[in-house]
Amino acid sequence: MKKELLKFLAFAVLVLAAPYALSGGYIMNVLVFVGINTMLAVALNLLLGYAGQISLGHAGFFGLGAYLSGILTTTAGWNPWLVMPLAAALVGVMAFVIGFPILKLKGHYLAMATLGLGIIIYIVFNETVDYTGGPSGLSGIPNLSAGSITFDSDVKNYYLIWSFTLAVCLFAINLANSRVGRALRAIHDSEVAARVVGVNARLLKVQIFALSAMISALAGSLYAHTMTFISPASFGFNFSIELLTMVVIGGLGSIYGSFLGAALLTLLPEFLRAAQDYDIVIYGGMLMVMVMFMPGGLVRGVPDLVRKLVKPRGGDRHA
Amino acid sequence: MQFDQILQYTLSGLSTGAIYALIGIGFSIIYNSTGIINFAQGEFVMLGGMLTLFFIGVLKLPIWAAMPCAVLVSALGGLLFERLAIRPLRQPTPINIVIITIGGRILIRGLAMLLWGKDTHSLPPFSGDDPIAIGGATILPQHLWILAITVVIIAANKFFFYHTISGKAMRACSYNSRAAGLVGIDVRRMVLFSFVISSAMGAVAGIIVAPLTMTAYDVGVMLGLKGFCAAIIGGMSSGVATVVGGLILGVLESLGAGLISSGYKDAIAFIILLLILFIRPQGLFGKAESERV
Amino acid sequence: MLEVSGITQIFGGVTALEDVSFSINKSDITGVIGPNGAGKTTLFNIITGIYTQTAGKVILEGRDVSGLPAERLAPLGMVRTFQNIELFGGMTVLENVMVGMHTRSSCGLLACSLKMPWAMKEESRIRAGALRWLEFAGIADLADVVAGNLPFGQGRLLEIARSLAVEPRIILMDEPAAGLNSQETLGLARLIRSIRDMGITVVLVEHDMELVMDICDRIVVLNLGKKLAEGTPREIQDNREVIAAYLGDE
Repeated sequence: MKKELLKFLAFAVLVLAAPYALSGGYIMNVLVFVGINTMLAVALNLLLGYAGQISLGHAGFFGLGAYLSGILTTTAGWNPWLVMPLAAALVGVMAFVIGFPILKLKGHYLAMATLGLGIIIYIVFNETVDYTGGPSGLSGIPNLSAGSITFDSDVKNYYLIWSFTLAVCLFAINLANSRVGRALRAIHDSEVAARVVGVNARLLKVQIFALSAMISALAGSLYAHTMTFISPASFGFNFSIELLTMVVIGGLGSIYGSFLGAALLTLLPEFLRAAQDYDIVIYGGMLMVMVMFMPGGLVRGVPDLVRKLVKPRGGDRHA
Repeated sequence: MQFDQILQYTLSGLSTGAIYALIGIGFSIIYNSTGIINFAQGEFVMLGGMLTLFFIGVLKLPIWAAMPCAVLVSALGGLLFERLAIRPLRQPTPINIVIITIGGRILIRGLAMLLWGKDTHSLPPFSGDDPIAIGGATILPQHLWILAITVVIIAANKFFFYHTISGKAMRACSYNSRAAGLVGIDVRRMVLFSFVISSAMGAVAGIIVAPLTMTAYDVGVMLGLKGFCAAIIGGMSSGVATVVGGLILGVLESLGAGLISSGYKDAIAFIILLLILFIRPQGLFGKAESERV
Repeated sequence: MLEVSGITQIFGGVTALEDVSFSINKSDITGVIGPNGAGKTTLFNIITGIYTQTAGKVILEGRDVSGLPAERLAPLGMVRTFQNIELFGGMTVLENVMVGMHTRSSCGLLACSLKMPWAMKEESRIRAGALRWLEFAGIADLADVVAGNLPFGQGRLLEIARSLAVEPRIILMDEPAAGLNSQETLGLARLIRSIRDMGITVVLVEHDMELVMDICDRIVVLNLGKKLAEGTPREIQDNREVIAAYLGDE
């Protein structure tokens, strides 16, 4: 328990100190995206890594958060801080309702159904032009502000986003090591045994689906307010896959793994600017290689690899 | 709303539906022999069309030679995919398989983009494009080609599964792969076969639809998903039920696009998909099976 | 305590159980035996809410629980173990038992994630309780081992400890001695007796006749989906039909 807290504090200090070590608006801007993607990866990881339920539609929930915030703060002129929890709650309720039929499905069927849901949401973004602006997007979304501070620079946004991201990470870590988190992991390992000891697997899966969707919507709202412009292209099927890649590469069931995966997949394209069109090929290749050779993700695979390299013929492996 | 209009939409819906059916049967064949939904299925549809173009354009083959070559290469792709990605999997949990087939699909699509670029291409129709009048509606010769080729493929498929040793062995695997293994059927080879056959069928679908809808590196996603939808309506059958599923989907989509809104055309397939999964996961025609632990 | 009446189960035309009725007395150890294919495991799956029967009733302490799903039965005091052990393989031994205390704790998602004081208090109560059950089963020294790495025999003990953490009034065990060596079986017999001595009713499906005759107070014999006999171990051993069913099987 204590160890978990220390690990988190170290992580938080690292995150908060980063702007002093790194300078330049460009890198700060990229790190803002790392923060948003970490939040999303953690949300998906709660569902996939802990409860063992796949979703290929999370970009849709992310988009719903972004559009609800975008539309209600521009067209309707509501207070952004008020809209944010409202959007998360609305998306949560929607996910809760649709969660009951959708989470009855398992494995491949669940993957296809969530994918279909994500695409339907994406199509709605494109077609409801009167509200969303359609494919050309929605602009003029206000920056967030608190008192006299307006979050309009990269460094300010960095602190804004990362304070939310850290809170989400802490929330998820606490959840994982609690009664509810254990029940989720139990469902993952043996649903029938979990039910026999009284875990209401069906309800819990739906709850975590809704929670995961809510966090994604929150990330969406924050994204809308930092970018001030959104368009459907950011919330399509490809982004759902990208999120899946982050979670798998980082390591299922590990919060820091989600951060690693999000950081890697956000930074990689920046470094591969020259190879712009190759990034999709690289994602595909990485997904396959990870599942084949490092199914535990980077957080488990890399230490294992190091151990093997340090002790090449250390025959006594403890089970 | 005129009768002619509805007839027109129905006719063109039937031919797209036939394409969905072919792709859907590809999904079912793999699902029945392995329990895997191959998310990369749509990419073989794309490969069919793009490879045909490649053989015509770069290797200067006549179209009648280019098409079988494209099918052959796609089938080879299916074979490699099974050998290199599916078989070596150490922990073949459903989630890992979903992820690896998604990875494969992104990889194939990405490679196609790098090789052939992002442009949209069209294939010449097989026999001219003079419309043929039927009642108050018109259809293109390519529509007839699509329907005819689909019928031939499905008949050949039926023959293969019911009248050849390999086909029967594959069916045995789909009922009970352990028992099939015990009586001496090489189950792994049958799994490989199923990938080869379904990628070849996907490629055929991709070729015959290309003259109508154009083709590009990214057509695989939507076609694949709609093929899956057809298979779900048909209860993952690799026979008539999925064909009917494809036709229903094609016609509904075409009517929806024509009569309601073309923007929501793609959403129709997914709404049907979700409804079927929620209400009748065993398919429109299947009987409910009690799940045993 | 537990009463089943007229249980019939048909799987796609095959009758697995036909009109099976019997009742189980409180604080007894009852054995359900029968040749392979007699329908014992199917019966367990019906009683514990994993299958829904075609016909018939299951009455738990006077309450009709027919058709209730498994997760509703645990709070009512009924729990089971599985023939092939169902552990939470990725979690530690201690965590496995802590999940067993799910119905004996109540903090929700928010209270847990926000580490509310009452959630923390409950958490330490769960931990202490789980440790006690591990000690009871004699595997407290394995608390931090990942359950998936346990040898079969200890996995069996863990599964029982986890079931006891539910604080059941009745526990159903599906072939608890399967896969155990004779030393482990002796330990199991002792454990089952001490469970009964706590006032918990025990029902077991078992093939190990020596164990059944040794520890059971009553025995129910199934054959080909029907109840063949029921009585004390003595009566069963002398029952001609039972002997015929077993010998005729070979």
